[in-house]
Amino acid sequence: MTDSPRRRETGHHVSDRMVILDTASKVLYHSILVLALYFVLAGHNRPGGGFVSGLTVGAAVALRYVSGGAAAVRTTFRVPAHVILGAGLLLAAGTAFVPLLLGESILEHASATVHLPLFDSVKLNTVILFDVGVDLVVIGLVMMAFAAFGDDDAQPPSAERPPREHPATEHPAPEHTAPDDSRTVER
Amino acid sequence: MNDFIPLVVIVPLLGAALCVVAARSRRVQRVVSLVALSSNVITAILLLVEVDDEGILVSQAGGWRVPIGITLTVDRLSAVMLVVSSLMLISVMVYAIGLGDEEQRFSAFHPIYLALAAGVSASFVTGDLFNLFVAFEMMLVASYVLLTLGGRRAQVRSGMTYVIISLIASTFFVTALALLYASTGTVNMAELADRIPDLPDGVRLGFSLLLVVVFGIKAGVFPLYFWLPDSYPTAPGAITAVFAGLLTKVGVYAIIRSQTLLFPPDDRQGSLLLVIAALTMVVGVLGALAQDDMRRILSFHVISQIGYMIFGLALFSLAGIAGAVFYVVHHIAVKTSLFLVAGLVEFRTGSGRLSNVGGLVRSAPAVALLFAFPALSLAGLPPFSGFIAKFALVDAGIDDGAYLVVVASLVASLLTVMSMTKIWLAVFWGDAEAASVDRRLRASRSPLLMSIATGFVVAISLALIVYADPVYDYAERAATELLEPAQYVEAVLGGDDR
Amino acid sequence: MTVLFAFAAALLFATGTWMLLQRRLSRILIGVGLVGHGSNLLLLTSGGPGGSAPIIGTGDPADFSDPLPQALALTSIVITFGVTAFLLALGYRSWRMTRDDMVENDVEDRLIARQRDRDELVEETRLAEREQRDDEGLE
Repeated sequence: MTDSPRRRETGHHVSDRMVILDTASKVLYHSILVLALYFVLAGHNRPGGGFVSGLTVGAAVALRYVSGGAAAVRTTFRVPAHVILGAGLLLAAGTAFVPLLLGESILEHASATVHLPLFDSVKLNTVILFDVGVDLVVIGLVMMAFAAFGDDDAQPPSAERPPREHPATEHPAPEHTAPDDSRTVER
Repeated sequence: MNDFIPLVVIVPLLGAALCVVAARSRRVQRVVSLVALSSNVITAILLLVEVDDEGILVSQAGGWRVPIGITLTVDRLSAVMLVVSSLMLISVMVYAIGLGDEEQRFSAFHPIYLALAAGVSASFVTGDLFNLFVAFEMMLVASYVLLTLGGRRAQVRSGMTYVIISLIASTFFVTALALLYASTGTVNMAELADRIPDLPDGVRLGFSLLLVVVFGIKAGVFPLYFWLPDSYPTAPGAITAVFAGLLTKVGVYAIIRSQTLLFPPDDRQGSLLLVIAALTMVVGVLGALAQDDMRRILSFHVISQIGYMIFGLALFSLAGIAGAVFYVVHHIAVKTSLFLVAGLVEFRTGSGRLSNVGGLVRSAPAVALLFAFPALSLAGLPPFSGFIAKFALVDAGIDDGAYLVVVASLVASLLTVMSMTKIWLAVFWGDAEAASVDRRLRASRSPLLMSIATGFVVAISLALIVYADPVYDYAERAATELLEPAQYVEAVLGGDDR
Repeated sequence: MTVLFAFAAALLFATGTWMLLQRRLSRILIGVGLVGHGSNLLLLTSGGPGGSAPIIGTGDPADFSDPLPQALALTSIVITFGVTAFLLALGYRSWRMTRDDMVENDVEDRLIARQRDRDELVEETRLAEREQRDDEGLE
């Protein structure tokens, strides 16, 4: 899903960049993503969860921003930020909705224990889908925030922002509705 | 049937998600929005029929036992609010598509609008005070974005006021929730209704006042209305109609719900609300008289009308609350249509300023007609629905001996007639001013769709005259239910959820 | 502990309210944040004194702290976070347009306030014009 920060696309001149920061972020970036993955998988029973995981990915993205500027953030994922956000919301709302179709009450969850060769028995819960949804919403939100406000003051201050940038304002609503639902599942 | 309740929230949310994914295609977004909103209309009507036959519906999210999970409850009041709000939401969406302006320019419009719809529905169905807060926030955050869509200077300025005031109200709400939880150990409304009567008298009154303040800010009642006429008029055309028609009424709904369900009837509370009601009516209408802009005048009338609803509630009598319920229904339809007409006028003439427009009765007789019906209804002239609503309230007020407030309400009505006349004289009569509409802008719009949507809403308010009898009977049944909170408590706590 | 939390919440409310009353937008935003934190802290405190982690099987349920206010506070924090982010965006927008973070006056309100003066002015000019016309007619 990710490709490593490519210098040519960052738009920063090579001499502008700090070697230590660049190298450190290259190492840290992927470690943080792994941590985020752990959070979302562990979330059901242990500290963690979709929201925290999303924020962790956000921190990783922020690291890329510090070293490579807004352009580096834009090239983080191949999928546009709004699609990530929408897919996350769809997944979260869908997970809440599907039990209704099966004749259960909304947000009902199911779990199954499966035996995998390497991991012994693993308890899988449908709530994980919800958490992944929340995760994606938060990631999409962070990406959009960086896209909208991450640019240095390149444009003159009074310039009208082009409408293209405007999706930036759209996330607060979907963003916090999803984490709330996740809370209620845990409740 | 109980399982249908979550649909009113989840379907718009799913629609919002699809609209975010399909941000590039306006056509897909439109289809998704309209499908989601019409699904809400159908669900709401089904719920209304069911509730009226079977009594209060309850659904527990996640299959948790009662006080633990999220409770969704629909009683007669919520059902009727759901029906009216979903009808308004879809009409305004059609209007917005016809107007095309913000809807066309911003891919965020559809998802946010659907999030707003989900928030409004969630506020009506939640049976849990904390989730009421969450639903409010969903609705408010969506409204912040819609209000500032376009980012013009006036929008940013008034949006700032609106956001900060709403945030302060939300902070109060959280504070109230914290204190309520600390003293009762629950946020479930049915459980609260059970436990609040055991609290010491002063604490109870404090909570009651705190909640009135919180919801009063959202509803725009007397000392807390100041943000409303300032921020509503700057919202994009169609959006103002939803704001004025619906958002404040969600606040009114919350006041009615909390005062009837959570707190035992209390004279002090009743008389405070009566005073607030009278002041809200009169101050709102006086503010309207001073204005020169169509949308600002109408915004001040929103405040004035809120006073009537609070008046009905404050009587805490069957007739009073039934009148208030009828009034809310009538008001939502009428106010939405008036704002939609204001949008049509602006579309025709390029301005909503009374001194800049005129003569529309000749150049656009249909618009004049669409304005005349709801305006007369708002003023409370027979035989329109406003007359029935006001008559019910005045009658209930006289029964209760609240003569002063009755007089205030009549004076406010008179002043409403005056200010509607003012709009009529300036906008529809008089000389036609040179229209200064950008032709290019006009070409991208579909006035037919806008007129159809407006006509539909006006038709709903006219239908309230024809069907006044069954609607009022329904309002009376809803009021009976509201006055017997034990029913609600038993439905939630006592009954099995399926 | 609860008393300490209550004091902290009170302090946050007090400073937040002070900041809210300022004319500068940046300060108002900080005020909103502080007041929000105060209410969230209060929500957290409403569960009573703390205890061990409320996980069944890890200890005596009598020692558990109440998990519900924690969940509520978490939700409320997320909401505050989202709204504050939006406010900051709005503030940034406002600053880009005006290069100033003072809260502006309500223009329309001022217009209404000046309405009377304007009306008088219009009336005076009209009278003056009529006099002039009358004078011309006499000549």
